[in-house]
Amino acid sequence: MPDPLAPETPVTAPQAGPGTRAAADREFTVAERSQFQLVLRRFLQHRLAVGSLVVLVLLILLAYVGGALWKYGFGEFTPDKSDAPSLDHPFGTDAAGKDQFAQVLRGTQISLQIAVLVALFSTVVGTVWGAVAGYFGGLTDTILMRISDLVLTLPLLAVAAMLAHNFGGSWWLISVVIAGLYWAYVSRVARGVVLSLREKEFIEAAKALGASDARIIFRHLVPNALGSIIVNATVLVAIAILLETSLSYLGFGVRPPDTSLGILVSEAQTALTTRPWLFYFPGLFIILIALTINFVGDGLRDALDPQQTKVRA
Amino acid sequence: MLAFAVRRIAVSLPILLISTFIVFMLASLSGNPLSPLLTRNPPPPPESIALEAQRLRLDHPILERYWMWLTGLFRGDFGPSVQSNLDIGAETAGRFMVTMRLIAVAMILALVLAVVVGVISAVKQYSKTDYTATFLGFLFLAMPAFWLAILLKQAGIDFNNAVDEQVIYTIGDSSVPLPQGFGAQVADIAGHMVLPTISLALISYASWSRYQRSSMLEVMNSDYVRLARAKGLSRRRVMIKHALRNALIPLTTVTALDLASIISGAVLTESVFQWRGMGDLLLNAIRTDDVYVVMAWLLVTATVVIVFNLLADLLYAVLDPRIRYA
Repeated sequence: MPDPLAPETPVTAPQAGPGTRAAADREFTVAERSQFQLVLRRFLQHRLAVGSLVVLVLLILLAYVGGALWKYGFGEFTPDKSDAPSLDHPFGTDAAGKDQFAQVLRGTQISLQIAVLVALFSTVVGTVWGAVAGYFGGLTDTILMRISDLVLTLPLLAVAAMLAHNFGGSWWLISVVIAGLYWAYVSRVARGVVLSLREKEFIEAAKALGASDARIIFRHLVPNALGSIIVNATVLVAIAILLETSLSYLGFGVRPPDTSLGILVSEAQTALTTRPWLFYFPGLFIILIALTINFVGDGLRDALDPQQTKVRA
Repeated sequence: MLAFAVRRIAVSLPILLISTFIVFMLASLSGNPLSPLLTRNPPPPPESIALEAQRLRLDHPILERYWMWLTGLFRGDFGPSVQSNLDIGAETAGRFMVTMRLIAVAMILALVLAVVVGVISAVKQYSKTDYTATFLGFLFLAMPAFWLAILLKQAGIDFNNAVDEQVIYTIGDSSVPLPQGFGAQVADIAGHMVLPTISLALISYASWSRYQRSSMLEVMNSDYVRLARAKGLSRRRVMIKHALRNALIPLTTVTALDLASIISGAVLTESVFQWRGMGDLLLNAIRTDDVYVVMAWLLVTATVVIVFNLLADLLYAVLDPRIRYA
């Protein structure tokens, strides 16, 4: 969680002002570090998280840039049927002659898009929902939180499958369905953080200076709660990817001719002995995405935790 | 304690009621159970469509349908299914037993694994064992349930092929027909359970062992454990009798809360291993817009979740005598 004493520090601006003046007054200077720099430094010390971030960025580049440049399209039929991986088809081909590398890249794009949309949508809605509930308290809090409790009691997979079965098919509709069930989790986290922040002195100061409720929420509370919320969002991205692939595997998610990593695994499950490449590569990509996002989230959690002392920042 | 349990159940009932209402609305409004009839070629006579609509209570307004369903429950009537000869109550009861034995055994397996691995990781913090366990935990967390299940199923098939005999069952929840004799039947069902249980357990074990590790670490650094050590009790005794008991408390909550996601995991596992359990029931019902079957599924799973959460709360008091429910 960011330091409440410096809630308004611009995140990127170098701290030139006080430093230059101090230089004249003091024998030596200590460069002041912004909140962002502190967090960044701590994060960079976390080797596994940094490595995961690099792998994740490479995966994203591969999916979008590689997918656009690759000689085969994801729906394109090639004359090679059921080929083992080769230089021409790095991940082999399926029985219809579709290039699996192109398919996996397309599936990765779809999975990432769904995950990012889910994270964005549910984080924004959940944060505002939880912040408003926590800030105003009383009846507002009770009503808003009972609504999110209700959403939490709905069986996720069943409701998502039901809605996706009847309304789904395209990747963004699937995202809306998943996000419509996930925002409630975020609202709980956001409310919890806001409840503790609300009692801090700087909020009292803002109130005393006559700031409006909206200004306090969006200028003071939300930015300070952002640390926990970002960590939560990374976990959400990983869960959303797993839920989407599960839905697609069961036949309720993204529909052919478009493809997703879940569909690819589902199509390949009977071909595991004869054409294992069809099964392993999409599964490997799901694991790689979810794993790296989890590690990045772990690194962020450590970096944003003001109590952690392992790395001197 | 009894008063507490009663109060908890009383609080759960309205939540269950509203939750069934929402799902009923979603299920009824999102699909049309008559669509297979309407798209049939040649089209069936309008009278039979009207008759089917009447049988499925579609001639009533939606709120009335919900009320009919709710009041019917007290008479043991779960409503009509799209499959005209299906008794939803009996079907659900039979499938519930199939799924519960999968979930129950998988949870016990996952808990034992999680506690053992979590405690070892905590006691040997930052050792090679700890790092390996951590990495495996993250790996299982990132692994889709169905992918792991397919992989295990294939391993079972490969093993059978290697020994040229059906040793591990990879399809179905039991043999059809069941072998004669009680012992043979138990062996058959147990044989079918091996792979699905392992794949379901591994998915939950991953996050639970993380919880167990961190709560164990916290307890190990507490004053009363240090005191017990200072009094001269052996390390082993302190860890097991004093530390572990308290470190189990967070896990009970997490286990109860995770039950809903285990049920989802069971849906996927059943789908891979072609079990005729609750998951199969749900998936078919969703595919055919069979509203009342979805409702029966929801009712059963929601009740299980509520009961488990209650049990977890009561277990709290057993594990930690300081907690009293007045």
